[in-house]
Amino acid sequence: MYGFGLIKGLWITLKNLLIPSRMFTVHQYPDRKASPLDLAKINESNLFVYLFSHPLSSIKSLLGLISISDRQKQHPRFRGEEFSWYEERCTGCASCAKYCPLGIIEIVTKPSGKFIPEGEKYFLEKFDIDIGRCMFCGLCVEACPYDALHMGSGFEEGKYSREELVINKQRLVESEKHPSNWFRPQLENKTYNPFGPKSVEWDNVGRHEQPTMEDLEDRWADR
Amino acid sequence: MTLRTEPITINLGPQHPSTHGVFRLRVTFDGEIVVDAEPVLGYLHRGSEKLAESRTFVQVVTLTDRMDYTSSMTNNQAYVLTVEKLAGIEVPERAQYIRVISAELSRISSHLMATGFLLNDLGAFATPLMYCFRERERILDLFEMLCGARITLSFMRPGGIFQDTPEDFWPALTDFISNFPKYLDELETLITGNEVVLARTNDVGVISPSDAINASLSGPMLRATGVEWDLRKADPYEIYDRLEFDVPIGSKGDTFDRYFVRVQEMRESLKIIAQCIRDIPIGPIKTETPFFVRPAAGDAYAAVEGPKGELGFYLVSDGGIAPYRCKVRAPSFINLTLLKEMLVGWKMGDLITIFGSIDIVLGEVDR
Amino acid sequence: MCNEFAGGLIHFCNIYSIFDSFLPENLDWMAFMMAAISLAFAAINVVVMATALYILFERRVLARFQARLGPNRWGPFGIFQPIADLIKIITKEDTTTDIADKIVHNLAPIIFLSATLAVIAVIPLGNNSFLGKLNVGVLYIVAITSVNVVAIIMAGWADGNKYSMLGAMRGVAMLISYEIPMGLAIVGVILMSGTMSLSGIVEAQELPFLLVQPLGFLIFLIASIAEMSRAPFDQIEAESELGAGYHTEYSGMKFGIFQLAEFMAPLITGIVVTTLFLGGFRGWAWLPGELWFLIKVFSVVFVLLWIRATWPRIRFDQIMAFSWKALLALAFLNIIILVVEIEIFQDNLGSISLNSLILMGAINWVVTIVSIVFMANALGQSKLKRPKAQPSSLANMYAESE
Repeated sequence: MYGFGLIKGLWITLKNLLIPSRMFTVHQYPDRKASPLDLAKINESNLFVYLFSHPLSSIKSLLGLISISDRQKQHPRFRGEEFSWYEERCTGCASCAKYCPLGIIEIVTKPSGKFIPEGEKYFLEKFDIDIGRCMFCGLCVEACPYDALHMGSGFEEGKYSREELVINKQRLVESEKHPSNWFRPQLENKTYNPFGPKSVEWDNVGRHEQPTMEDLEDRWADR
Repeated sequence: MTLRTEPITINLGPQHPSTHGVFRLRVTFDGEIVVDAEPVLGYLHRGSEKLAESRTFVQVVTLTDRMDYTSSMTNNQAYVLTVEKLAGIEVPERAQYIRVISAELSRISSHLMATGFLLNDLGAFATPLMYCFRERERILDLFEMLCGARITLSFMRPGGIFQDTPEDFWPALTDFISNFPKYLDELETLITGNEVVLARTNDVGVISPSDAINASLSGPMLRATGVEWDLRKADPYEIYDRLEFDVPIGSKGDTFDRYFVRVQEMRESLKIIAQCIRDIPIGPIKTETPFFVRPAAGDAYAAVEGPKGELGFYLVSDGGIAPYRCKVRAPSFINLTLLKEMLVGWKMGDLITIFGSIDIVLGEVDR
Repeated sequence: MCNEFAGGLIHFCNIYSIFDSFLPENLDWMAFMMAAISLAFAAINVVVMATALYILFERRVLARFQARLGPNRWGPFGIFQPIADLIKIITKEDTTTDIADKIVHNLAPIIFLSATLAVIAVIPLGNNSFLGKLNVGVLYIVAITSVNVVAIIMAGWADGNKYSMLGAMRGVAMLISYEIPMGLAIVGVILMSGTMSLSGIVEAQELPFLLVQPLGFLIFLIASIAEMSRAPFDQIEAESELGAGYHTEYSGMKFGIFQLAEFMAPLITGIVVTTLFLGGFRGWAWLPGELWFLIKVFSVVFVLLWIRATWPRIRFDQIMAFSWKALLALAFLNIIILVVEIEIFQDNLGSISLNSLILMGAINWVVTIVSIVFMANALGQSKLKRPKAQPSSLANMYAESE
């Protein structure tokens, strides 16, 4: 009334200008210019101690010449762009290809002649996933009965031509495997970090079992 | 000798900074007053309903969350409820509670976006928009914890939800609920008391209750005219009959009421989420259904109260693995019925304001 | 001419004496010309560079208001961003429509810029530092800023585009209707200081006129925001509205000149408001006058930016109603009250003592608040109150669930 609403609006905007914790969503990807405060925090020392002990870096950072990387935090359950596929587990059943809504997985198999007493495992000649058209819904990961296919954890898979976007079997076999926790609750423990440097081998990935009632009560005990 | 003036027709084209998507409007002006308004739709038509006929019942879930992309969870919920009604699947209680929590979170997210863009259309130079989006980031981070993606979620499956919540979800959710009311108070101080906003939205674009019911409007547009109708109370689905919340209504049916009803609905959603956190049981999260669900031949219609209105799915099945026909009752499309009556007689500066207060999203209008 | 007084920091006579000292005696017309040219050159360059820095400042501070960062990639803190903008604008193609009137089309941005730049010629920057001393400085300022109107009409008409002509007409209507309250608010200042020269006005401000006549200050501030077509009065050039404004058909450096003049306007407004209402270069003696001047200009510019970041824009008919009904009436009220007070408090010598100034200020603040309340009620404030919501009887969901 009488202009007081306008003045109160001005006060709210000023609060947002002055309080620095209101800018938590700003990430200058991939790297941002470091100020002496950031460098001191990285070196875990006091600001003034750092200014005296490293004068050259302080001056360079004031001129805007030092960059540190700045990425948004991802949750381990993030549905990434590269897939993690374990050839040792895959039997060539093609459930993932049948389940994909867009039909971008192409599988060509032939009998391998191995493991005949157990019922034969197919040898895959071709296993192509076209991530140029993939929507990363994860239904293929949900469909895999043997936990051979997992979603990845990265998002920087841009290439310069469309043909390079088709992941073929060789690339899947050779790449580093950082499966994300999506639809794989057996990976959800505190020691596994999909964004860490270690990749996971095929015998460590575990199996997705339905939890029993006792497991559930253990898990949510303190709620 | 009298001056002869001529009305001019301007094309508010598909590419425009303030039409919330690719929406085309052919407006005829006489001086500064709008004389005629004709919408031209279909620029985002992707054939979702026809595509649904060649996907299995579970694969259609990924199609549904691209329709109203500002609140994917309610789309998923509406579709999955219809499939369960058609196939007679029971849903465990824990899944229902988590579904209600995610639907209310996406309602808050959609209303934040609507409020922010309304203020942007009024000309506040993106400041309230940025504040609303900053708070929406918190909700999107919660969604990333639940299902790995932020906007196109595919969280629900017929029979429940696809995976249980991670352990760090519940502290983050409680954190969010305790911090958000303070932010809403700030937003209200910035906008609701602002005389400029009041002067521009008071008594602008008024609809009467009988017009609204005759045109089958729903959602905040209907409640702003004073009609107390909310599907969560009138026809409760899932566990809404156990929850206590109010349904806010407006007094005059103008643009300010539509904005204010949305802000109050955000507060009610926080109440609902708090009750769900308190009452949620431990148990399984999905009943065992086969990958290719085959309902018996027949049809079913189920509707939920989405943030834009009543979102309903009508599924016809012939016993196969894919729906025979999937029809979507899109609230944004039906809310546009009264567009011409709302715009005619108002000035050029009010056009964008009234249009922004309907809060349409083109993915739903054109499907 | 230069023999009477010692100049301040920036004064024509200092520069003239520098040139005069190394030129022979009969060439003092040349010393005069060179001094004038160098002073004008320096002044224009300083203002243009200040505008370029102000553009960066505005973008960064607006971004901080909106919880994001502004441009900070080029150079430390983004200092080189104006250079990047300049390179972008210069390398764009300079288009002209076929049916355009070429001379008017090319002349419009130049007139726009020169009208805005010419205001700094009469501003006193410090004690006895100024570029030119004019006895009727205030009249000069009001007249020069009216030339902007002509430039806008030229820009809107010369393209042959009927939408830009419409936009220009609306803009001009708004500008000329806000010049009247602006002039009337300045009348209040002239009454108090007794002279139209800007140095005289600054000298007469023992107590800044902001405290003595707050109503005049508010009216002048609001009217000058509207003169600059800045938020909340920027309906004519808003991007989300239909009419795209008078500078639709301009591109390249001509558009760059329009943008330069548009961003120079807040600086010039800040300078004028400081001189007229905030006391110019007067301040306590521990800082030089020029520094006080800069501090005051900076605070006015920051308030303008703050307002731009917060308030939504007003509809066009509401803008016109606000000027003709509210501001005009309040400006007349201001003049009447000031005349009565000056008649009461002025002693025989024609000056007003400091105590009387403080008493006048107190009375004027009360008058301001009362008149704003009264005007708000008279213009229909009561229609903004919302009635309580009653559920309509057409649909009742509680009855059906039984």
